[in-house]
Amino acid sequence: MSVKSVVYKKFKDISKDEHISPGTALCAGCGGLLALRLAYKVLGKNVVIVNAAGCFTLLSVYPYSPFSSSWMYTAMACAPAGAQGIRDALDILIKKGKLKSEENLKVVVLTGDGTANDIGLQSTSAAIYRGLDFYYFCYDNEAYSNTGFQMSSATPYGSRTSTSLPGEINPQGTAQKKKDLFEIWRAHKPPYLATVSPSDPVDLSNKFEKASKFKGPKLFIALSPCPPGWSFDSTNSVNIARLAVQTGIWPLKEAVYGEVKHTVIPKFKPVEEYLGTQNRYAHLFNPVKQVDVINNIKKDVEQYWKRYLEV
Amino acid sequence: MVKEMLTGNYAAAWGARLSEVDYVPAFPITPQTEIIETLSQWINDGEMNAKFTNMDSEHSMITAAGTASATGARVFAATSSQGLLYGYEMLYNVTGWRVPLVLVNVSRGLSAPITLEPDHNDVLSARDSGFIQIHAETCQEVLDTILMAYRIAEDERVLLPVLINMDGFYLSFTRESVEIPDKDAVSRFLPEYNPKHAFFKASNPMSQGVAVLGGSVYSYFKYQVHLASLNALTVHNEVAVDFKRIFGRSYSAIEAFRMDDADYVIIMSNSFAVKGKSAVNKFREMGLKVGLLRLRLIRPFPYKELRRLLSGKRAVAVIDQNISPGAGGILFNYITTALYHEPDRPEAILSFIGGLGGKDISHTEFNHIVGEMGKSIEIGVVPETQLLYTKGDLEQINNLLNIAGKTSEGVERLRN
Repeated sequence: MSVKSVVYKKFKDISKDEHISPGTALCAGCGGLLALRLAYKVLGKNVVIVNAAGCFTLLSVYPYSPFSSSWMYTAMACAPAGAQGIRDALDILIKKGKLKSEENLKVVVLTGDGTANDIGLQSTSAAIYRGLDFYYFCYDNEAYSNTGFQMSSATPYGSRTSTSLPGEINPQGTAQKKKDLFEIWRAHKPPYLATVSPSDPVDLSNKFEKASKFKGPKLFIALSPCPPGWSFDSTNSVNIARLAVQTGIWPLKEAVYGEVKHTVIPKFKPVEEYLGTQNRYAHLFNPVKQVDVINNIKKDVEQYWKRYLEV
Repeated sequence: MVKEMLTGNYAAAWGARLSEVDYVPAFPITPQTEIIETLSQWINDGEMNAKFTNMDSEHSMITAAGTASATGARVFAATSSQGLLYGYEMLYNVTGWRVPLVLVNVSRGLSAPITLEPDHNDVLSARDSGFIQIHAETCQEVLDTILMAYRIAEDERVLLPVLINMDGFYLSFTRESVEIPDKDAVSRFLPEYNPKHAFFKASNPMSQGVAVLGGSVYSYFKYQVHLASLNALTVHNEVAVDFKRIFGRSYSAIEAFRMDDADYVIIMSNSFAVKGKSAVNKFREMGLKVGLLRLRLIRPFPYKELRRLLSGKRAVAVIDQNISPGAGGILFNYITTALYHEPDRPEAILSFIGGLGGKDISHTEFNHIVGEMGKSIEIGVVPETQLLYTKGDLEQINNLLNIAGKTSEGVERLRN
């Protein structure tokens, strides 16, 4: 299925409308918030966000909301089920004539990676399976950041979290490899699925634009550099996100009904350039350089891209 | 108006149908399944204009029920036992959202050991969630209570969800003669749901279920749930008056059976109250002044009504069809709380546990209970909580062991 996708060619094509006002309770330099702000410019204001417990829950704290649209906090495991209830209710109320069709809303699930990969995976799988017409926006800061940066199954190999600290037994820190949520979601063959990064706003905007043409599950994983968790200066978020893309660590891609296409082919800068920007990887370089661990990370990136570039 | 032989489950489905619910999210569990099967079929056949969605768990089901209600739909759902506990987290959430949905629980003993027949540990575990809670005795009452529940839940003085309990098997799979009210009569009783407090629409953005920071704000909202629940005492009685006027059947917060001149009172709930009433009739034939109270409205708890009904009685026996291991019966505590400051309170209030996992409560046991009430007054000593278990019950265990070739003798041998 071919869908005309490129409507944004350069940064200036992106709407100047804002749907999230500044001054929220989130951390300065939150990469996920920037990605959400960009996504909102395409989604528009007729949106209801269905949130699960996480950093972004603090966006809407009584009696304030930074959104020009609606919000529903559910619980940690069940935001997609909450989205189902809202979508079903809007549909039946419109069908019964109790709600005018111009009152309709886009339903957007907003969760972190812990919810998306761990506790909320069942309800997400079920919502995709049911063909629920919704967006899923996962801000992936690669740990349970809101609770103090504990390991999630999206935490990358070799990084430090507060529950996978480097030590005598595990000098590399996190021993497991990041769960491949993109592939788990892709196995459900949703109409649209993409990764995005706040460093690539044109790519992000085009993906949300393209997704809007599909009815059914539209799923996004947004790289979310996390200044306190990844331990870097909050002015560097976008640079770090860009390095994640340019080293090949964060592939920018999409899948339409399961067909994968990479939207950016990286320059393949050395992974050390990315790892060196964040103290969560500091133990790989000091006091001794853990060459094996760094090589494992390199090898994973190479193998990933080898598979796709050959196709 | 039609009279039909309906199971409790079918009566529940009729309750949802007559309430013209917009939405039914569902997940199956025995003994509730017939409710959702029936609704699924009616919606699929176009006999009900509603949306039915098969969910992936009770946690998801209660979430979807809650958010659909927060969107402005009238919502019905049903579960049982393990399912209620699996969705437990969301019970507290949906009461906090102040969404007037109706949830039926078909009670079933909790695992382990896993079983199918009823007791009330499942539904009573939700007693502190903020749900209004009503327990039904008959299939007719199941249907009627669903109609009443939407009126109570949607009343602006309440705006809380309602949990209705019926006993698994004893009601869920038992046919009784049930009057199915006319649609017109129902629409006179229950108007269309038109939410003013919680809805989602493009022209009027709203934030719901938002976080709060600090105890003052949290308490502000939790106290409102409590006060709203207390309002439901009045609202229930008003709704019951309307219900009687339109349908002719009368429901009170507590049902009083042969209480007028009773000295001894048995307190029960749900379908086993039928066994209790039958026992009371036998005691009356013997000239014993025994009456029965059936607790129907569990939340809010009708303390005042209970005090009025028990004032001046000689002895009370509470039969809890639930157990709080290490403490005793759950409802017993609310009865004693109600009576503590009553100057003319009964001399003895006894606690019994019975009917767990659907175990019968036989006339022998009722005899024992009434005997214990008399004895307590006579000697002035009230016994600790008693666990009802007959020789016949023990024989059943021995029979099972015998069939399996593990006689109690054999068990002893294994032990040695």
